[in-house]
Amino acid sequence: MKKLVLASVFATLMAAPALQAADYVIDTQGAHAFIQFKVSHLGYSWLHGRFNTFSGTFSYDDKNLAASKIQLDIDTKSVDSNHAERDKHLRSPDFLNVDKHGKASFVSSKVVPKDGANFDLIGNFTFNGVTKEITIAATKTGEGKDPWGGYRAGFEGKTSINLSDYGIKNILGPASETVHLDLVVEGIRK
Amino acid sequence: MANHHGSVEELASNTVRVRYHGFSIFMHWLMALLILGLFGVGFWMVDLSYYSAWYKTAPHYHKSVGILLAILLMIRIAVLVKKGKPAPLKTHGVAVQRASKVTHVLLYVLLCFIMMTGYLISTADHRGIEVFNWFVVPGFGEFFPQQADRAGLVHEWLAYSLIALVVLHAIGALKHHFFDKDATLKRMWWSKTNNVTPTIDSTKEIS
Repeated sequence: MKKLVLASVFATLMAAPALQAADYVIDTQGAHAFIQFKVSHLGYSWLHGRFNTFSGTFSYDDKNLAASKIQLDIDTKSVDSNHAERDKHLRSPDFLNVDKHGKASFVSSKVVPKDGANFDLIGNFTFNGVTKEITIAATKTGEGKDPWGGYRAGFEGKTSINLSDYGIKNILGPASETVHLDLVVEGIRK
Repeated sequence: MANHHGSVEELASNTVRVRYHGFSIFMHWLMALLILGLFGVGFWMVDLSYYSAWYKTAPHYHKSVGILLAILLMIRIAVLVKKGKPAPLKTHGVAVQRASKVTHVLLYVLLCFIMMTGYLISTADHRGIEVFNWFVVPGFGEFFPQQADRAGLVHEWLAYSLIALVVLHAIGALKHHFFDKDATLKRMWWSKTNNVTPTIDSTKEIS
């Protein structure tokens, strides 16, 4: 009996941290997070690219998902579509205008849980100096201890934005107006 | 120093090449044509719309011709180093000689840097430069951060500087031709006769 009480106290103590929202730092150090985009090429195919430099933190509570928060800063200079000449053009005032707006950011304002591991992440996205509310359709991928003594949680998110909403004149043709964003975020608990 | 009254023998022994060598003249005008063409195409192509038929082809030709020009420049510098060039016209004062020397050296230096920066734009991702689909100049990636952007900016401004200098160079040549009426411009054009002229003032009469 004594053993059982001790065991349950111990179990409660162990479980306690999981009951509170935990703060995570996005694992950009180990590059276990990705901000990728795809844009239609002429309406015939897809162009994929990513931002290599970004940072962010989130707090996440498995029991109270709605209280979760995330904020993300993206260095738009780090755009990488695997073609130096194209990236140069993407950084120019024709597109990302990085000399003027070198940073994009997302700050969540609301989390709306949906079925299972899915939820809507609503927040303000600042891009090319324009801030607009967007909704990211997100899913929790998993969480647990990692083999090196840490604790990790991973999420995926998808959203799309229109270039013209952010003051970027679309010179690529109607099929390329929408930019699809794919986010993969793995956080290490602080 | 030969003078007007020297004998034929004296003249012959004191002659010096005034006119540029035929090959150098050919290189000069060919490169002049290519440089002006590259500048024009470069200036125009950066503003082409994505749906222009030239959007892909113009940069391809610009880069191809640019690489060929780099090869021509290397040959020309090699010839210059090995064979030298005709002595300055005696009618040119020290100031003019110095100014033209500086201009010529600067033209070469600017060309070299424009070629290097052009190369650095296109090869920042290790992609090579396809020259008319004949051969590929290999790329060696980034030597410094934001290479394509920085090299691009330098490429653009050096090109403007080069063209400004070319205009100065041309105005100088035309001034010598029409106002001073000397052989400055003529010696950069082919002629069957009088390829070699005495060092005396008869340079003015070069035909």
